[in-house]
Formats: sequence, structure tokens, C-alpha cells
Amino acid sequence: MSDLKENLHTDHMVLNMGPSHPATHGTVKFLLTLDGETVVDMTVEVGYLHRGFEKMCESVSYSNVFPYTDRLNYCSAIMNNIGYALAVEKLCDLEVTERCKYIRVVTNELARISDHYTNIAAAALELGALTAFIYFVEARELVWDLLEKVCGARLTSNYIRVGGLMCDLPSGFNDDLEATYPKLDKLFDDVDKLLTKNRIFLDRMRDTGAISKEEAISWGFTGPCLRACGIDYDIRKKQPYLVYDRLDFDIPLGTTGDNFDRYLVRMEEIKQSLKIIKQAMKDMPEGPINIDNPYLRIPSKQDVYSQMEEMIAHFKVVIDGVKPPVGEVYYATEAANGELGFYIVSDGSGKPWKCRVRPPCFTMTGALPELCKGGMLADIVPTFDMLNMIGGECDR
Amino acid sequence: MDSDQIDKINSKYKGAILDSHDFRGDQTITVQKNVLIELFKFLRDDPELNFKFLMDLTAVDYLNRKDSRFEVVYHFYSLQHNDRLRVKVPISEDDCTIDSVSSLWKTANWYEREVWDLYGIKFNGHPDMRRILLYEEFKGHPLRKDYPINKRQPLIGPLN
Repeated sequence: MSDLKENLHTDHMVLNMGPSHPATHGTVKFLLTLDGETVVDMTVEVGYLHRGFEKMCESVSYSNVFPYTDRLNYCSAIMNNIGYALAVEKLCDLEVTERCKYIRVVTNELARISDHYTNIAAAALELGALTAFIYFVEARELVWDLLEKVCGARLTSNYIRVGGLMCDLPSGFNDDLEATYPKLDKLFDDVDKLLTKNRIFLDRMRDTGAISKEEAISWGFTGPCLRACGIDYDIRKKQPYLVYDRLDFDIPLGTTGDNFDRYLVRMEEIKQSLKIIKQAMKDMPEGPINIDNPYLRIPSKQDVYSQMEEMIAHFKVVIDGVKPPVGEVYYATEAANGELGFYIVSDGSGKPWKCRVRPPCFTMTGALPELCKGGMLADIVPTFDMLNMIGGECDR
Repeated sequence: MDSDQIDKINSKYKGAILDSHDFRGDQTITVQKNVLIELFKFLRDDPELNFKFLMDLTAVDYLNRKDSRFEVVYHFYSLQHNDRLRVKVPISEDDCTIDSVSSLWKTANWYEREVWDLYGIKFNGHPDMRRILLYEEFKGHPLRKDYPINKRQPLIGPLN
């Protein structure tokens, strides 16, 4: 017997998971210390997609930052556009037109839906449910087709501008939406049937990666992962922006804060977002989409070519950029992943002195070791999926 | 955030509050760094303030300021009162250190590592003060304003 013990390998094993691992989407490395299949210690290394977002923003004009924000959370690029635009508009103390607000809400919610589709599809895939993945990716394609009609791009939309939008909604957009709803509902029901009561899926998701309310607050959780713990914090309700205070929608809350609740919250949010889009399309007024201030929002080509003042303004805005007053603002919006905050410091010039983005998934990825320690190696996969770490946003 | 709360903080920490202002509805206070931990505990635990969330932690480099080149900026949120508060702590270039708040908020751990990585501000009492977004061999701190934007330090040189 003693001989057997001597020859048995009972010491801990150190395992590298990542940076590019088939069971984790995104480029991130876990350094695991394993006792059999139990995780004893875990270190998360991020930064593989670091490209110097803030440094780049400090070297370009305010309007040229938009393409960089697209690449933060690339599953819902328009939300980042909107968060940044609202922050700059707060700094300049200007309010956009009514129609612009409604269009922003519609595109914002379309982006939220596509983000949740991506998250759940990828999670299902990594747990072996390939069919659900394909169904939701098809649904995401339908949403991206709509976004492509709006702004010409599927992923990197670059659609929002300071003081307005790149262009108005295309004609017949409401008909396109109406034609898409039934298809989305059908795919949603299919995935709901495939996953929500699926024994294997339940076993992998339920009671894994759970976090208490107090811990979630200490870790700075926001978005679906915080609401899965039962904390009612959604900026669309708490500190409404755009026209969210006029729309009727519910905020789903979880109870246990485990992976399955995070999944359920996201599924319900997809439904609520569709409800918001339907209302916003119905209430959307006619009118201009851009504010009437040529020194903040580039005037239309028609005006630039025919009027002197507009031509001067166009030149000034393109060469010098928008010039907000000296000051600093923080603007928080509810992105698909949680609180997306922009902290902008202006020194009065055409370039931001500082443009900080508060990425929602950065803090949650930091909490991953605490959620996984003591659990099984296989539970890392659903936990990591449901925290929804997006490399572009986490590493900036 | 109403002015009563600012007055309350002001009266409790007389002299430590260097400045307070309200720009576009964002309440901001600037404090000395020696009262930091005590003040933050008060902000978090006082029932009238209750800033349970540390939403964001970052730094700003004001290169041309004479005495305090950097500012560490904290954004708090109170779920109960639905309020936000910004606290700024000036730091000089000669003494580029500040107390870590990772014992009060766990989320501060990664944020502080990021500030150390990109600005070179050391956090006293931090359990794991390593770079986070860049690699350990990286020289300098790229978000400092005197770090040239076109400088390249690849970990692996160009092929050929």
C-alpha cells in the first residue's frame, strides 16, 4: 500500500488554458493549478488585444474617436458609439433632436439583442450545443442585416455622430423590421426549447459560477450578471437617457446569481428589447436628425456647397474638430454587458485630453478566479462564457 | 447628490477637501491623499452616503501643472440614493504613490494594476502590483503625456 502511494502522482498540476483555446472565445490566458479536476488556484492574464485605445483617442479629434469605439465591444458597436456621443454631448451641453433620440434607442436595442444572441450562442457552442449556436447566429445575421441597411456596416457601424447621426433610417425600415420579428421569435422559441429545459445544459449552468450580492457589488459587477444576483440596477431605469423613461419595459432579475440566472436574464432581455424597438418605431416623430449648429455637427453637403457660413463651419469642424469647453464629465450608459462609462477630460482644444472608457467586462473578468476556485475545471467554461468577456473591450 | 451631502463630507474632513465643484451635474470633490482610506470608508459605510459601488478608477496626467502632475480619479455610485460622486486625488511626480483601496473594494485590484501599468503610479498595500495590459518587459508608462505616441516596443521584433 505504501508503495502505491509513493508512485501515485498526487501533487498539483499547473495548466495553461489559452491564450487561444477552443473552449474560450476571446484571447485570454488562464494559469490553473489543479488538484485532479478541482481548481485550486487561478490567474487570469488579459491584455492580448491591447491596442492603446486611450492613447489613440488623445491624438485625434472628438469626431474621429467613433471608429475606435466601434472596436471596443464589437458585438454591439452602436452602443459604444452612443455612449461616447452622449458623453461628448454632455460635455458640450447640447441635446439632440427627438427623432435622433428614437433612432438611437432603436439601434441601441438592436445592438443589445445581437450581443445577447452572440453571448448565448457562443456559450451553447462551448457546452456542445451546436444547433442552438447555429439558430442564434442565424438570428444575429437577421439583426445585422437590419443594421447594415441602416448604416452600411454589419459590425463596425460608426453610425452615431456628436449632435446627430450619420444618416436617417432607410425608407421602408419599419416594414423590414416587421418582416423580421416573426423570424426572430421563431428562432428564439427554438433555442428556448433546446436549452432552457435541457438536462445537460441545466447541469452545466445551474449552481456554477454563483456570486453573492455583496461580493458582486464589491467586484463592481453591472449589467445582466449583477441583475442575475437580484440587484435591480439598470441605468435605463435608474438614470434614464435618450427616451427610455417614456418606454414601457421590464427589467428581469435573477435570484441566485449563478450562470443559469445570467442566461435567463439575457433571454428575457432579448424579449424586452424587441418590445422597446416596437414602441420606439411606433412613437418615432418625423423631423431633423441633426442639431442645427454647424460648428458642432457637420452640415449637409448641400449646405456646404451653397452657403458661405456652412462652408466655413465644415472646414473648422473637419480641421480643428469639435471644441467642447474646459471640463470633465462621466457618462454611464447601460450596454449589453453592463455599465459602459465614458470619462472625458477636455482642455478646450479639438482633441480629448483624456478619454477613458469604463469597460463592463474588465472588472468581471477580474472576479473570474474567485468564481472558479474550488470548482471543477469544466465549470470555468460556462462561467467565463456568461461573464461575457469581450477582448476588444477588456483590453482596449 | 445634493449639497447637504457635500457639506457633510466637508464638515467631517475639514481641511482635507481641497476643492469641490459641480459641472454638468457631476459632483466632484478633490481631496488630499493622506485621508483617502478613512474618507472612502466613510463614503461607503455612512447610511446617508452609501457609495457601495466603486464604478471606475483611473488617472489623468496634467503634464504642465507644477506641483501635482497626476490626479487619481474615483467614480462612486450609490445604489440606495441613485447618486454619483467623483473624487480626485492630486499626486506629485516626485512622490508617485497612493494608498491602495483594494482592501475596501475588490474591483480596485485590477483597476489599480491598470493605472500602475499605464501611468506608473504605485499603490501602497496592493497585493499584486504587476502590469496587466502590457508585458513585464515593457519600458515606461504609455499613457503619460511625455510618452511619444509613435514609439514602438514590440516584444518580438519584425520578421526577417
